[in-house]
Amino acid sequence: MTIEVKNLVKKFGSFAALDGVDLKVDNGELLALLGPSGSGKTTLLRIIAGLDWPDSGEVSFNGEDALAQGARERHVGFVFQHYALFRHMTVFENVAFGLRVQPRAVRKDEAAIRARVKELLDLVQLDWLADRYPSQLSGGQRQRIALARALAIEPRILLLDEPFGALDAKVRKELRRWLRSLHHEINVTSIFVTHDQEEALEVANRVVVMDKGRIEQIGSPDDVYETPASAFVHGFIGESIELPVQVEGGVIRLGDRPLRLAADGLAPGASKLFVRRHDMLVGPPGSGAFEGAVQHVRNFGPVQRAEVALSGGETIEIDAPRDKELRAGDTIGLNPRRYRIFAG
Amino acid sequence: MSALAARRRTLPGFGLTMGLTLSWLSIIILIPLAGLFLKSLELSPEQFWNILSSRRTLNALRVSFGLAFAAASVNLVMGSIIVWALVRYRFPGRRLFDAIVDVPFALPTAVAGVALTALFAEKGWLGAPLAALGIKVAFTPVGIFVAMIFIGIPFVVRTVQPVLQDLDPEIEEAAGSLGASRWQTIIRVILPSLAPALLTGLALAFARAVGEYGSVIFIAGNLPNVSEIAPLLIVIRLSEFRYADATAIAVVMLVVSFVIIFAVNRLQRWARSRIPAR
Repeated sequence: MTIEVKNLVKKFGSFAALDGVDLKVDNGELLALLGPSGSGKTTLLRIIAGLDWPDSGEVSFNGEDALAQGARERHVGFVFQHYALFRHMTVFENVAFGLRVQPRAVRKDEAAIRARVKELLDLVQLDWLADRYPSQLSGGQRQRIALARALAIEPRILLLDEPFGALDAKVRKELRRWLRSLHHEINVTSIFVTHDQEEALEVANRVVVMDKGRIEQIGSPDDVYETPASAFVHGFIGESIELPVQVEGGVIRLGDRPLRLAADGLAPGASKLFVRRHDMLVGPPGSGAFEGAVQHVRNFGPVQRAEVALSGGETIEIDAPRDKELRAGDTIGLNPRRYRIFAG
Repeated sequence: MSALAARRRTLPGFGLTMGLTLSWLSIIILIPLAGLFLKSLELSPEQFWNILSSRRTLNALRVSFGLAFAAASVNLVMGSIIVWALVRYRFPGRRLFDAIVDVPFALPTAVAGVALTALFAEKGWLGAPLAALGIKVAFTPVGIFVAMIFIGIPFVVRTVQPVLQDLDPEIEEAAGSLGASRWQTIIRVILPSLAPALLTGLALAFARAVGEYGSVIFIAGNLPNVSEIAPLLIVIRLSEFRYADATAIAVVMLVVSFVIIFAVNRLQRWARSRIPAR
């Protein structure tokens, strides 16, 4: 199933949750909608599911107009952040729900329903919980049951709204990997919403970065990390050092100090310089584009994170390998291995 | 060790509050009820039986319990619909309607009785058009039924309202996206989730209607065997100084009410066990 979204606009009062969104999702993709809260990602997902309606724009599945159908007809599996399991039903009945409410003409008989539920519980590896109630399960188990329930109706599309948002860090990591392998197995076109960049980059084939109701960038996890399309994307994904600089006459200045960095092809004016923390190489004083004094140092596994006060007054954080110990009070030179400059 | 553990409860004051609870419940509820039973023991079993099996007593009990149950059932249905509208929709005057629900709580029941009687009397605003249709409300059992609905409605609304408010709209969206029709969602998802609260509301509205006196006697007409409620018969017996007769009827009301409330309670517990606490 391919999904196509054209020029979608949705306003809540004067707040534009979606401000002209275009998106194409290929068959069998596992797509992540990534953005901060209020970026419109959940609204977009809910409109695709038929749980919300846009003010204008188009949504089509395989070329046919989806907005002409309600949530019930769209045949879309939806997984909620807080599971939304039916508390008064056992796990088994929760999963069977979508099969039991089918119109009589197409409804499976009891034996077929049982077989299908069993199959789904096996798929999410929770067949031993069939007779429990949702309140007796852990968060991770509940979310897997919610997923099994959504898959029961053999959805054309699977939509997941912050599926791991309510879980603790360890379970979240396990489920991420599990979701990816599950998608590999069932191969249904899937979109999940997350504000967690690590989750998006680890699980998805393609990542859609959103901000303020607009799509900032669409690309593979590598694309959005290595070649961010905008200042927002660079700042949002990965840990970045952001410095306000001035470009004029082929020279980049930080404050009144020219930096020894190439300014080819840059538009003159106020700009932002972005460097990944681990791309700042430490050298002796005077060797790099920046100079600074180490304020203090913390060790994180393979790296040491140092807070450095630049000679211009700005304070930045860098991640340096631990082969050369930094100490508070050291004066060091810093040279960005890679950097990007965005106007504005 | 265990003595130390007992002294270091996280919630101190168990002894004090438990003692107060037991004494208070004894003074306020248990001792008066025991007195009632003792008083009825003055009657021989045969006398007791004769009082109860008299036509007038049986009819009074039938009127009280039958109409109370009918009124509670109507309140259950209408109360649920009112709760649904108050919780799920935003409309002008919603807060006002919400407040109006409490009026039967607050209004002195005699005032309610007088007002209902005036309204439903043959020349009243509602009584006149109904009389034209051949329906007589005031001074008939129908009037008792109306009064019992009036005083019972807040019990259903106020017990179900908070539970519906807590019910996550996401579960309805989930049911919808799984292909359930609106009707299937209500029957299979919403009503079962509300079942314990609905049963509680039913039990409370019923108990209130059985015990109602003030509003009913004004509108009922109080015709023996037709529109005479059991509490009124008790009062009549008391005014005739037939105290044992009065207590016998009271004991029966007490026992029947207790059995019904107990049954509803079990039903409620059963419904709740299917929805374990979160």
